[in-house]
Amino acid sequence: MTELLEDQITAAPVFSQITGRRFVEGDELAARRSIRRQIGRLERELSNAFLTAYPMGGLPHPAGAARRDPRLLDLGELERVRDELAERLHAARVTIAQRAEVQAAHRLRLERMLLEPAKHRFETVSRQDMGEPGCGAWQVRPRLGLIGMLMGWWQVKLSSGCPLARGRARGARPGP
Amino acid sequence: MMEELDLRAAAGFVEPALSEEFPALRLSWITVQAGQRASPRGVKQRLRVLSNRFHGGNVVAMRTKPIPHAYRAFFRQIGLDPDLARIPSEEAAVARLLHGGFRSQDLITDALLIGVVETGVPVWALDADRIDPNGLGIRTTIEGETFGSGEQRLPAGRLAVADGTRVHALLFGPVAPGHGVSGQTNRVAAFAVGVEGVPEIHLEEALWLCGETLLTE
Repeated sequence: MTELLEDQITAAPVFSQITGRRFVEGDELAARRSIRRQIGRLERELSNAFLTAYPMGGLPHPAGAARRDPRLLDLGELERVRDELAERLHAARVTIAQRAEVQAAHRLRLERMLLEPAKHRFETVSRQDMGEPGCGAWQVRPRLGLIGMLMGWWQVKLSSGCPLARGRARGARPGP
Repeated sequence: MMEELDLRAAAGFVEPALSEEFPALRLSWITVQAGQRASPRGVKQRLRVLSNRFHGGNVVAMRTKPIPHAYRAFFRQIGLDPDLARIPSEEAAVARLLHGGFRSQDLITDALLIGVVETGVPVWALDADRIDPNGLGIRTTIEGETFGSGEQRLPAGRLAVADGTRVHALLFGPVAPGHGVSGQTNRVAAFAVGVEGVPEIHLEEALWLCGETLLTE
């Protein structure tokens, strides 16, 4: 394959300029390969973090314009890419941890609502608050309406799920 | 559809200095006698079937799969951000979600789409008659090279799909103006680029699927 390539390369003017070119020497080449492997690992971890964060509301989209000029990065540029990825991964993990804490707090609140509904009157915890799919919500409501309120009969009710698809309300339509 | 299809992919060259940096970087390409025309019913049907495979959940999890991950990592290694400039398989998947299905455009575009959706390996098409007889490959641009038939000049050191005389496309980027397929194209050169983590069989399959689709009656 290499011989074939060398044969092809001598055949054209551009090739004669690129055959003898070497971008880096031994130690630097090894350093660049090592950083590329690190970038690959960080990319995998960032993808996993993206997947974990998705049901929690996702990660913020990175800012900036898309570059469309693929090129061979030098050692400094590769280090910058690696460091930026490491920062994004760290930020993603912090976001996930914060959201997980909030979800855990909502779960705890729901448990307390279930144990002592009267102490959490009209409080609501939605599925979304706990990172669960669907539109249901748990709410502390009085049994039998006003009578329950007067008698102190409180219970936790789970709503029946997502609202049915409907058109826009009449009032929401722009006027003629 | 042909009963026995013999499409052997040719290995493109890779500039030696690039091979040193990216030992697994490679290009494979095929040439198919085909022109631009509307897709036959079978191809449209195939796109409809493929559309059913993609749902929001799959697309979100896509980047954790080995082939998309390999391309995403490579994008970062060559200075592209796959979160801003999506890899081709993710681009196709997002377009499917936005449009509610894979839209048929013409036979060549559809063939490339089927290749990338089935394998995750992106395939591009060029007008084969514009390619130098020494063949296609991956190299860096040199000072003063132009991008396609226009006046646009490329800076030196860009990674490009090229032959000995001309740049045909930027690597994972747009095809040079005037080098892509057009109404005058009689022979299509389809090429796929492999990176570390993408098995050779995937490249071959992507090109084979593309070639098979292009030859659909």
